[in-house]
Amino acid sequence: MHVRWKRLSLVAVAACCLAVVATSFASAAPTSGAFATATQLEVYGFGPGDEIANTRADLATAAVGGNVDNPRGGFNDQQFLASLASGDVPDVVYLDRAKVAEYAAKGAFQPLTQCVTGQKIDLKQYQASTLKEITYKGKLYGIPEFTNPRTVIVDNHVVADAGLKVSDLSTKNWGRLAFANRKMLQTSGGKVTRIGFDPKLPEFFPLWVKANGADILSKNGLKAQLNTKKAVAALTFAYSLIRAHGGWGPFKSFRDTWDFFGAGNQVAKDQIGAWPMESFYYSTLAQNSPNVSITAMPFLNRKGGAIDYISGNAWAIPKGAKNPDLACTWMKTMTSTAAWVKAAKVRFDAQKLKNRPFTGIYTANVVADRKVYEDVYQKMGNPQFDNAVSLLVNQRKYGFTIPASPAGAEFQQAWMDAVNRVLAGSQTPKQALDQAQKEAQTAIDKAAK
Amino acid sequence: MASIAPTAQKPGPLTRARFWASGFKERDTWVAYGFLLPWFIGFTVFIAGPMIASLVLSFTDYSVIQATNWVGTQNYHDLIHDPKVSKAMMNSLVFTLMSVPLEIVTALVLALVLLRVGRMAGFFRTIFYLPKMTPPVAVAILYLLLFNGSVGIVNRVLGWVGITGPFWTTDPTWVKPGLVLMSSWAVGGTMVIYLAALRGVPQHLYEAAAMDGAGAWRRFRDVTLPMISPALFFTFIILTIAGLTEFTKAYTAFFGAGTKTNETEAALFYAVYLFRQSFEFFHFGYASSLAWLLFVVILVITFIQVRVSKRFVFYQGER
Repeated sequence: MHVRWKRLSLVAVAACCLAVVATSFASAAPTSGAFATATQLEVYGFGPGDEIANTRADLATAAVGGNVDNPRGGFNDQQFLASLASGDVPDVVYLDRAKVAEYAAKGAFQPLTQCVTGQKIDLKQYQASTLKEITYKGKLYGIPEFTNPRTVIVDNHVVADAGLKVSDLSTKNWGRLAFANRKMLQTSGGKVTRIGFDPKLPEFFPLWVKANGADILSKNGLKAQLNTKKAVAALTFAYSLIRAHGGWGPFKSFRDTWDFFGAGNQVAKDQIGAWPMESFYYSTLAQNSPNVSITAMPFLNRKGGAIDYISGNAWAIPKGAKNPDLACTWMKTMTSTAAWVKAAKVRFDAQKLKNRPFTGIYTANVVADRKVYEDVYQKMGNPQFDNAVSLLVNQRKYGFTIPASPAGAEFQQAWMDAVNRVLAGSQTPKQALDQAQKEAQTAIDKAAK
Repeated sequence: MASIAPTAQKPGPLTRARFWASGFKERDTWVAYGFLLPWFIGFTVFIAGPMIASLVLSFTDYSVIQATNWVGTQNYHDLIHDPKVSKAMMNSLVFTLMSVPLEIVTALVLALVLLRVGRMAGFFRTIFYLPKMTPPVAVAILYLLLFNGSVGIVNRVLGWVGITGPFWTTDPTWVKPGLVLMSSWAVGGTMVIYLAALRGVPQHLYEAAAMDGAGAWRRFRDVTLPMISPALFFTFIILTIAGLTEFTKAYTAFFGAGTKTNETEAALFYAVYLFRQSFEFFHFGYASSLAWLLFVVILVITFIQVRVSKRFVFYQGER
């Protein structure tokens, strides 16, 4: 073989190896943002959003010195795991509160003890139940952001059409509610044309169990309580509301046809009598169909007391974050009363310019919410929406959350699967929840080891 | 005439290795390996490396976040006793059993039709191929719209002929058939392969068969099918593997973000369960063992297919 060819081949081999090595280094290298100054704060999972997000982000950016990398996009487990594996973690992340304890249990987040004491963050301003959701083994791992309080929205036209009173739809009396459901629902040729009362299964299953006087998880998050008599009874009843429509198939396929965020939504078209729903939907209704006739009611337990299942996001600092102090400042500022009030004002002005109503903001900061209601909010002149806002603000004290669990995702999946099996008709509530209990407890025990 | 029988013994491994090494005295060998090198590096880094890593991880409790511990065969023991593994595997097998024959038959019929279209063949070929270019995520969304039990087009069409359509997306019995039907949306890729194979069938074989009195069906059965059998076999293998690893459509329609109310165990395919175990529950070690089980299942099925195919597949030029 000619020497020239040997050399050429060797050069080709060397070039290929170099290319592979260079590519590996390039992919492992930090993004362009990281080449900037060392004090740049890396935010993950938040990204630019609406005026509520952007106004607070501007304040927080100023508070940390103006050098912030806040890429677009929400929290993604895959992406975050990749950053953990590479050791190049962001300084502060924004994620579902239900996920915080699981990451904390695995050691991915740092406790905020030092952050809270060092920066004198007043924890009393936050709704206690939201803090419980992100407290694991006695240590706080996040700062709560929004809440999504749930109330019952009633379509007054449908109620009147069925010859009922709004009080018939109280979740206190299940017998009367079942009767009202049957009176309001309409079917034609095996298809549903109007839903009576939508129990919002599977996602509101914890709310129905709470209404029946039980919890699906122990306070310390280590004992699943999915197959208690009260939980089984709650699922049995909630499912019976759907079965009255002919089953999950006709019920769900009809619900899937709704123009949920449009002017022709299910309330505007009188396609539903009542259902429990997150607070944001009042804003949707007020903007898209302000002339609908609704009543906002609290979700009552069987003793008649109001209950409010809340959930939302939180800020947390990953272990290995380069700038934990700046991250702490960011979280503190983002969730401060001043930031929420300023953001609410901006939202109020923006809505006013578009001639749209402002239905308040519902955050984990109870002081801010009260201040927004008193200083920023103005009645719309539509008593139905005004009453809804008043209800949302005043029922804060009844809020409850699912306790922090080291196997949060698997626990949630276990009960979701159970409810879905019941909806699909493949298991009875008792069978489904017995299976879920076993799955959930096994997952918790493994995670808590 | 005396036959020339091979009298020399088969060369041993050492002789073969020497013969292989002697090749490096030739310039062409170096050049050939030089050209092969990029593929070899790519294969090592992106396929063989991760596969070996995955095999090692399947014997650990790797979770990305926490310290990794060696757990021996515990993950494999767990997957044998995990009822959702058998459920997910059965879902994938049933989906594959339904989708592969449907796609092969549909694609073959379309290819046969296109073969006779003549001048407009190019136009129709493009039209039939276009759905293949639709992202699977979009196909999943379309599936939810088209197969809605109340207002979906599929049930409307069935209604025109007096059939009351099922609740495709919520009834566990009909979830998989619905997904199978939706999968035939992208039949264009297979159709193009068959079309090329059909065009390669020598015309004189048809003429000879016709002269022997063979009718259309006989010509199709005894000339067309054997001549395109390598293409049929190739797609059979590829579609079987695709069916067993089906993920995107099922995940998007039933398990993705904002679809909590859509979830149904009837659509919990093996790849979906594997994804959940890894990226939702962080059990990467367990997910690796699931991946290896799937690999073995596919390997066994493919092996059986290859063995059985020897009786049915005809390769031109083969003795």
